[in-house]
Amino acid sequence: MAVTSAPERERNGALAAGARLWASFARRPESGAVLSLLVVGAFLSIFTTQFLTVGNLTLVARGFAFTAIAAMGAFLVILTGGIDLSVGSVMGLAGLTAAVLSATGTNPLVAILAGLLAGTAVGAINGVLTATMALAPFMVTLGMLSVVRGIDVAITGGTPIQGIDPVITWLGQGYVLGIPVPVWIMAIIGLLLTFVMTRTSFGWHVYSIGGNEEAARLSGVKVRRVKIAVYTVAGLLAAVGGILLTARLGVGESTSGTGYELDVIAAAVIGGTSLTGGRGSVVGAIWGAALLGVVRNGLVLLGVSDFWQTIAIGLVIIFAVVIDRIRTRNAP
Amino acid sequence: MTDHGGLAVIGASKRFGSLPVVKDVDVLIERGRVTALMGENGAGKSTLLKMLAGVHRADTGTFVLDGEPVEISSVPEAQQLGIAIVHQELNLTENQTVAQNILLGREHTYGPKWMGFIDTRKVRAHAQSVLSRVGSAVSPDATLGDLSPAQQQQVEIAKALSQPDISILLLDEPTSSLPEEQAKELLALLRGLSASGLGVVITTHRLDEAFAVADRFVVMRDGDKVGEFEASDPATTRDRIVTAMVGRELSTLFPRERRPSDHLALEVSNLSRGMVRDVSFSIRAGEVFGLGGLVGAGRTEVARCIVGADRKSAGAVRLFGEEVRIRSPRDAVSLGIGFVPEDRKGQGLVQSQDIERNIALPNLSTWQRAGLIAFSALRRAVEQGIETLRIKARGPRQLVSQLSGGNQQKVVLAKWLARDLRLLILDEPTRGVDVGARADIYRQIDEIAAAGVAVLLISSDMEELIGLSDRVGVMAEGSYMGTLSQEEISQEAIMRLASRLDSLSTDASNAGGEH
Repeated sequence: MAVTSAPERERNGALAAGARLWASFARRPESGAVLSLLVVGAFLSIFTTQFLTVGNLTLVARGFAFTAIAAMGAFLVILTGGIDLSVGSVMGLAGLTAAVLSATGTNPLVAILAGLLAGTAVGAINGVLTATMALAPFMVTLGMLSVVRGIDVAITGGTPIQGIDPVITWLGQGYVLGIPVPVWIMAIIGLLLTFVMTRTSFGWHVYSIGGNEEAARLSGVKVRRVKIAVYTVAGLLAAVGGILLTARLGVGESTSGTGYELDVIAAAVIGGTSLTGGRGSVVGAIWGAALLGVVRNGLVLLGVSDFWQTIAIGLVIIFAVVIDRIRTRNAP
Repeated sequence: MTDHGGLAVIGASKRFGSLPVVKDVDVLIERGRVTALMGENGAGKSTLLKMLAGVHRADTGTFVLDGEPVEISSVPEAQQLGIAIVHQELNLTENQTVAQNILLGREHTYGPKWMGFIDTRKVRAHAQSVLSRVGSAVSPDATLGDLSPAQQQQVEIAKALSQPDISILLLDEPTSSLPEEQAKELLALLRGLSASGLGVVITTHRLDEAFAVADRFVVMRDGDKVGEFEASDPATTRDRIVTAMVGRELSTLFPRERRPSDHLALEVSNLSRGMVRDVSFSIRAGEVFGLGGLVGAGRTEVARCIVGADRKSAGAVRLFGEEVRIRSPRDAVSLGIGFVPEDRKGQGLVQSQDIERNIALPNLSTWQRAGLIAFSALRRAVEQGIETLRIKARGPRQLVSQLSGGNQQKVVLAKWLARDLRLLILDEPTRGVDVGARADIYRQIDEIAAAGVAVLLISSDMEELIGLSDRVGVMAEGSYMGTLSQEEISQEAIMRLASRLDSLSTDASNAGGEH
């Protein structure tokens, strides 16, 4: 090395700092989703005129907020090495419970609380069955998917529920400072949950259970209790997403939330939550939901027909699982 | 009791099912001293340690800590008493940081334990202080998965030391995953910790390690304590400890009807893969060739390379004088090589299927007529296998998962007996098998060899290795240490090679056909 000029050194320093920044970004679980979102976003900005408009982006954000909120719950469950397939039905249950109560004249706040409680209860049952009886979460929650969907239909009696209190519909349709209410709620939950996962012993324990359950047990972590809490919180978050979904539609349909488990679980995994457990981030779930939302929106804007959209979303999900596999194989 | 205090264990016993693993053992673990718990695999060392750490609950036994009788029936209870354990397998989570791992379950928080706000500064400082105590330069913020095995081991020990009021530190084979240099550093650290007043217990089967670190040796065999030696006693020699560890009489368990021929059946030359370097040996037809060494010496890796389960990076394999290229276990099967893997449940058998299906699996082509399975011929062969091996089962259709370990292993053997074999590789064929079934298996191995098949026997059971083998090759840390002829085979000779006390020049004693 000969003499280097001061500006050159500065540039080298800046380059090194940039490389470090890039390396630490690439290590984040959500980096894949963020990059994909930028690529897809750039593509759509170039090839459509409507994509990069405030109006469209606001709509997209409102559209994926429900998924993102439930996906944060799915993230928790998957982080422990489990899975919750009942999330779509639970979204329906919570929304419909709130809708029915509200339509029959109950105070809207009470109706919302009841909806939240219903979802939380289903989550708690999932957690207790999985954690204390060592049942496979896949089967427990698959059964619960069907049970709860049946309850959903029973609640509505098969007819759409009209006359939901405007306080509730505002949650799904309203704006604060020009930003849709569901997006606010998503952001607040995201911040709270990030704090819980990185700064509380509960959060650390969830990561440790997914990383090495035996190690956690031998270290004195109350594995069962943490798992039950995780499924319960996942139920609560699904309920929040479900109430917002019904609120936005303004009508309580018995099919509300049907098939959402696909998007919700996919969002968590696309956002970098490893299906083998122990790795993932809260914001990853949001990024994953955002990517799915943007892809859907983009396909509509490009005028792609319905069935191609379904195929494309499926391919995005399979792609995410391939990425997850490569990630875990290369993991140190 | 001594003035120093410590943990006295009186009459500790433990059975798993009907199998006694630790039998009425008395041990005194004194503070300020290092006790080495020695014994072969399966001697009950790990189980005893786990009983002290509350992982297994003792069936009988009294524990006295510093003169006070104590109860140890769970991990938290043991932790409360200041007993910490470093398990043989690392118990860490790879995606979390070093500090998170060290204080897992005991994070410093502002609120309730299970959902408190973490005081990250305190967690870091605590982790840093125990890391410096173990002399580790690792940052508390590093991600665990990025560390080397030696560094991860340091973190594991730091984690044990981070327990409040620790008085007894138990380590189960702490050096098994470490290279020599780092193993030495670890032993020095343990000496330092015991000097600071901890009672340290380490299990190992490496002799030089035990001699480097221990003040006292406690030797176990088959669940019994068979000897206790003071390091300061000049009468304590390696030979005495080895004899105590192994010391059994060879019985008539091992028939010898076979006659090794002079034809070389298998020649392995300069085989390498990963830690296995330059391994060469040869086996004659009709010979049982034992491969001895410590767990992790690379013996299974050699076997897996020979049968094509793993790709070798260098070297050649010749079968009856002909160089063969084996790229997959399928190639090996078609060349007449049978492999009975160590992990019977995971690799040897399809647990959910019956005896007949399992025996048929590698042999389906034998019983195929025009692409269809000839069930009657298959049934006859299976019934014959059940009879010759004395498999205790209700019939060919019984699920293998319902059989005892010994009978399962017989089914694995029957799988290979049903076809024309030239080489049979057995990896720990009688682990977890009771003596009665062992005798049947040994007799069968002898018969197989008598039929002219070359047998490669990997075994950590000294009695079996010595009793069954015509010659014994020994490996240590991936290298081939030498071959012992029938007259040279002894427990001491094998142990000395396996722990690298001795080395034979391999070319002098490995020319298969000589003597």
